[in-house]
Amino acid sequence: MIKNQALPLALFRYLGRGFISFVGELGAIAIFFFQGFVHIFSYPFQPGKIMQQVYFIGAKSIMIVSLVGLFTGMVLGLQGYYTLVKFGSEGMLGAAVALSLLRELGPVLTALMVIGRAGSSMAAEIGIMRISEQIDALDTMDIDPIRFLVSPRIGASIISFPLLTSLFDVIGIFGGYLTGCLLLKINSGIYFNRIYDSVVMQDISSGYWKSLAFAIIVSTICSYQGYFTHLRSGGFGARGVSLATTSAVVISCVLVLAADYVLTSLLL
Amino acid sequence: MTKSPFVEFKNVVKRFGERTILAGVDLTIFKGEITTIIGKSGAGKSVLLKHIIGLLKPDAGEILFEGRPLRSMSKAEWKQLKRRVSYMFQQNALFDSMTVFDNVALPLRERTRMPAREIHEKVMARIEQFELSEVTDKFPSQISGGMQKRVALARALVTDPSIILFDEPTTGLDPLRKNTVLSMIAHHQREIGFTAVMVSHDIPDVFLISNRVAIIEDKRIPFQGTPVELEQSNDPLVQQFIRGQESLADELTGLLTRPDLEQKIRQELSRIGRFQKTFSVVLFVIDDLELIREKVGFIAAQRIVQCLGNLLKGHLGTTGMSARFSQNEILTVLPHTDLSGARHFLKDLAERMKDAETFQAKTYPRICPEFYIKAGIVQANSEATLESLIEQARSNLKTIAHLECTAGMRVSKS
Repeated sequence: MIKNQALPLALFRYLGRGFISFVGELGAIAIFFFQGFVHIFSYPFQPGKIMQQVYFIGAKSIMIVSLVGLFTGMVLGLQGYYTLVKFGSEGMLGAAVALSLLRELGPVLTALMVIGRAGSSMAAEIGIMRISEQIDALDTMDIDPIRFLVSPRIGASIISFPLLTSLFDVIGIFGGYLTGCLLLKINSGIYFNRIYDSVVMQDISSGYWKSLAFAIIVSTICSYQGYFTHLRSGGFGARGVSLATTSAVVISCVLVLAADYVLTSLLL
Repeated sequence: MTKSPFVEFKNVVKRFGERTILAGVDLTIFKGEITTIIGKSGAGKSVLLKHIIGLLKPDAGEILFEGRPLRSMSKAEWKQLKRRVSYMFQQNALFDSMTVFDNVALPLRERTRMPAREIHEKVMARIEQFELSEVTDKFPSQISGGMQKRVALARALVTDPSIILFDEPTTGLDPLRKNTVLSMIAHHQREIGFTAVMVSHDIPDVFLISNRVAIIEDKRIPFQGTPVELEQSNDPLVQQFIRGQESLADELTGLLTRPDLEQKIRQELSRIGRFQKTFSVVLFVIDDLELIREKVGFIAAQRIVQCLGNLLKGHLGTTGMSARFSQNEILTVLPHTDLSGARHFLKDLAERMKDAETFQAKTYPRICPEFYIKAGIVQANSEATLESLIEQARSNLKTIAHLECTAGMRVSKS
């Protein structure tokens, strides 16, 4: 009898403990983000460091974002054509490609690509600085490590993500044109005119809102995982950094997709 | 010149959860001096340092900076103070993705509003002072360990701090580099005149450059004073710390520690009255050991003691006990042995010495240490005390063995 009572109690205790620590972690991440965000605007400004990060997060991602954008657009063109042709409305291909890119695929795929390229290295770099006491050294020099390390990354992400997303969209639409018009012989005038007709400002702005949200999520999560590498229970030293990098990538990917759903339902 | 205290700890208590790390620490650090804190690993040395820089706050007690309590300082004052403190990490904690120049320049760039040209001048001045001009554009991983230490010190000094904290600056370095680092610290300390607080294990090297030494033990500071005061202190705890290095040597000789042997002698003395038993004490003195150490070398001198210790141990088996009594004296207790038995024992021992490698002239190819081993025997009686026994043994000293560099070991019979 006691045992039967104890089991659900233990279960609730376990769940409760997990939930409390989860909420605590969320709070910690939120505080971490606000500290980092506020220091983007604290005097003296750090334009040099932000530009350096824009170069790393943004400029160096152009190649991969272009490639992914091109192939995504081309696949959309192919798939869209064969679906639409069943209804005899292959003329709508331009609208289908453009809308799915602008609203969904552009921001999401860009974010995923940047997570893989820049997010992982953010976590690793900050993580190594943590385990080799470089962050403590900043602390003892009276340099705020969050301001020094995290703020430029958040700032640079907020600048880079929308720009990369626009690049992705444009190249994706061009990819759709390649397969739709050049390969499958849809009239290019119809393709582009349909885009012009069907896309409204709200489609574009909702994509940008998403990319801004993803910028914040990715830069915060990746920096946070690296910054608190030493508090991980799983491993120390190099192992700790590798775990931090892995969880930075996994958590930000999942959060980007989850946030995408929430934002879509809010913005539609 | 009267010394003014720079940092004072007054009855500082620090706990981490259930564990007490500091239980009422009193410590004074004087301006312009090198203060060294020694203690066992995990005794709370780093915790103490972190209190000075404000990374940790005491649970009770007070810390005074230049006579003013930390607690009552405003945030701005505290910030002002923190800028005057630099910290040097054990592993240097250089920024490995920045060049040497950027590393040294970082504190100035981030903390001051100095124009870039002024920063450049100031950093280059420090870099030249530390002879790093050739590696200005290299990354920390591209330069040697000694240079990394210099970069770290240059970075710590570039903001002109009034106090620098060194967290085990020499741990894990070979003896040559160790001395280089210590002399570097001492040299620049004299030149620039900052206050230095050092946590170190390098006994006794570190005493040479320290003005003050504090021992942290059992959550308190039982001793603080000058290195000379430390050396002359009779406190067994203090002695234990100074002899840290020698105790390793004693372990190698296979001898007991002096307190252990004294205990044993007292025990034997108390038995004389009760059981009508007797015992003898033999004091071995290696003459000119100091000279050997100076002229031939530390290792040779150590080997001689070691050899004698091992011979004694082999010869005595489990019945007797020997201990290093002082630098060049070994004391042996022979239980159940009267004077003639002890003489016999010595004779045997001298025979064995003749064959030992350490006592052959050919062991020392360049400089041959001529030395004498003398022994004094005394038999204990019921009125004897520990002190009287040793005194008598000292007055009975006779040479039992002598290394003559041409003829090898000569044994004199007594």
